[in-house]
Amino acid sequence: MLSKTVAELATALANKDVSSVELTQAYLDRIAQLNPALNAYVTLTPERALAQAAAADAARAAGQATPLTGIPIAHKDIFCTRDVLTACGSRMLANFTSPYDACVVERLQAAGAVMLGKTNMDEFAMGSSNETSHFGPVHNPWDQARVPGGSSGGSAAAVAADLCAMATGTDTGGSIRQPASFCGITGLKPTYGRVSRWGMIAFASSLDQAGPLSKSAEDAALMMNVIAGADARDSTCLDIPAEDFTAQLSKPLTGLRIGLPREHFSSGLSTSVQEILQLAIRKLESLGATFRDIELPNNHLSVPAYYVIAPAEASANLSRFDGARFGYRCENPVNLEDMYKRSRGEGFGDEVKRRIMVGTYALSAGYYDAYYKKAQKIRRLIKEDFDTAFKDVDLILGPTSPHTAFKLGEKNSDPVTMYLEDIYTIAVNLAGLPGMSLPAGMLGGLPIGMQLVGPALSESRLLNVAHQFQLHTDWHTQRPEV
Amino acid sequence: MALDNTDVEKIAHLARLQISESDTLEVAQRITNILDMIDQMQDVDTSAVTPMAHPFDASQRLRPDVVTETDQRDDYQKIAPATQDGLYLVPKVIE
Repeated sequence: MLSKTVAELATALANKDVSSVELTQAYLDRIAQLNPALNAYVTLTPERALAQAAAADAARAAGQATPLTGIPIAHKDIFCTRDVLTACGSRMLANFTSPYDACVVERLQAAGAVMLGKTNMDEFAMGSSNETSHFGPVHNPWDQARVPGGSSGGSAAAVAADLCAMATGTDTGGSIRQPASFCGITGLKPTYGRVSRWGMIAFASSLDQAGPLSKSAEDAALMMNVIAGADARDSTCLDIPAEDFTAQLSKPLTGLRIGLPREHFSSGLSTSVQEILQLAIRKLESLGATFRDIELPNNHLSVPAYYVIAPAEASANLSRFDGARFGYRCENPVNLEDMYKRSRGEGFGDEVKRRIMVGTYALSAGYYDAYYKKAQKIRRLIKEDFDTAFKDVDLILGPTSPHTAFKLGEKNSDPVTMYLEDIYTIAVNLAGLPGMSLPAGMLGGLPIGMQLVGPALSESRLLNVAHQFQLHTDWHTQRPEV
Repeated sequence: MALDNTDVEKIAHLARLQISESDTLEVAQRITNILDMIDQMQDVDTSAVTPMAHPFDASQRLRPDVVTETDQRDDYQKIAPATQDGLYLVPKVIE
């Protein structure tokens, strides 16, 4: 039962095969059994979950069920949850009980979803392996000596290990798609501005976007139906009409034109991953899609430009953590400056401090033009590469990550090595486009994902292609033995 | 661009971050490595390119200037490190 998709669970709940209270308790039991080893959750909310489940069962009995009513989910610990710890993977917020709910949390709750708890993550979402979390790393359910990816690694591991039906995540440079690839699940980063950032602790405001981590594309569409849409409290949230993301799932792929970026299939990508992607390409061809090579000539500049823009925005966003109003305050500060410096020095981990310093440097007097302005110009070149590509193709397909999940400790000695992990995903954030990762094969007992990228607001098309692929493959139904 | 200890101390001060003296050298080396990677950008001629601040070049939306927030001071101060009489307490600023 716990390995079922949200769509399947919704049917089981509607048919009264199971109640939400029973389902919620079953997930809580499995979490109690497996979470000590996986460390996917950092906070559990069993009482709140069972109360929400009982309310969901009552709503269903009263004929007021939505597709998510009574479905047990998990939230990445970057989303503020009223009266529940919201630590964002950091010592800085290890004592922070949010006074309000994030928009995403509010909307899922209103749709009847049950919150099981909050999932582990890289500190302030800065990382690609979940190893920067103050609460210790998450272990990949496929091989516990390996990372789950990051920064939404707890959410990805929880979905893959059947510790929830689906989960929320956020993606600033690949933080939904890369852990989805490493854990063998489906992850969608929506178009920038599709989903409100209200109550989502800010890392890089021009790049951050929330989205689903799920067991199928259909489930991702069900979550998108609830979380997407205008919100006056986030001035960057797009003011566009609501959309039914499930409406196009069944559309045939005949005539679909997909581009293969030469830069994503060149050096750095192992031949075994290439072979897996070739099989996926042939499958999509058999479903009616046609393929052609395209170029994204500035893709190699995406990581350098990102590591100016994201740290610069982070240095500004994280200035709010000063020990004065909430969060960590150092012991016995001698004066205000000492309070700021020691609260921040002790409250933030090494990677967060590094990025704040890179951002501060890039924005400091005399360096602004050479770094920040230059990076914004590169950002436009990257965006224009996509604009050009989408004149000839509907979507772009490539690897999500250069390889399968790596071992804990393997790449965290050098920050730059870790940064290059996101070579295929970062450009998508810089251009503000929707992108998703879905399971495309297995390599040495580990899942590998493929990435689909579309023009702005093409989520329905991405989900359609992913759903059709999943109807004809079973990679997404494979589960680790935990 | 290689950073030295003095650069790191200056940046750490601007960012109001305490970095211990024993860590300064390592921080300088790691940030230097990051800046070296970033410097690939400098090989590209971008003189004719307009900087892009937002993926869709959107401008900030404005809202009517009316009161929408309610008073939630008690909620917010409940989680503060130190408060008194509705005020946040910090170390003495003025003698």
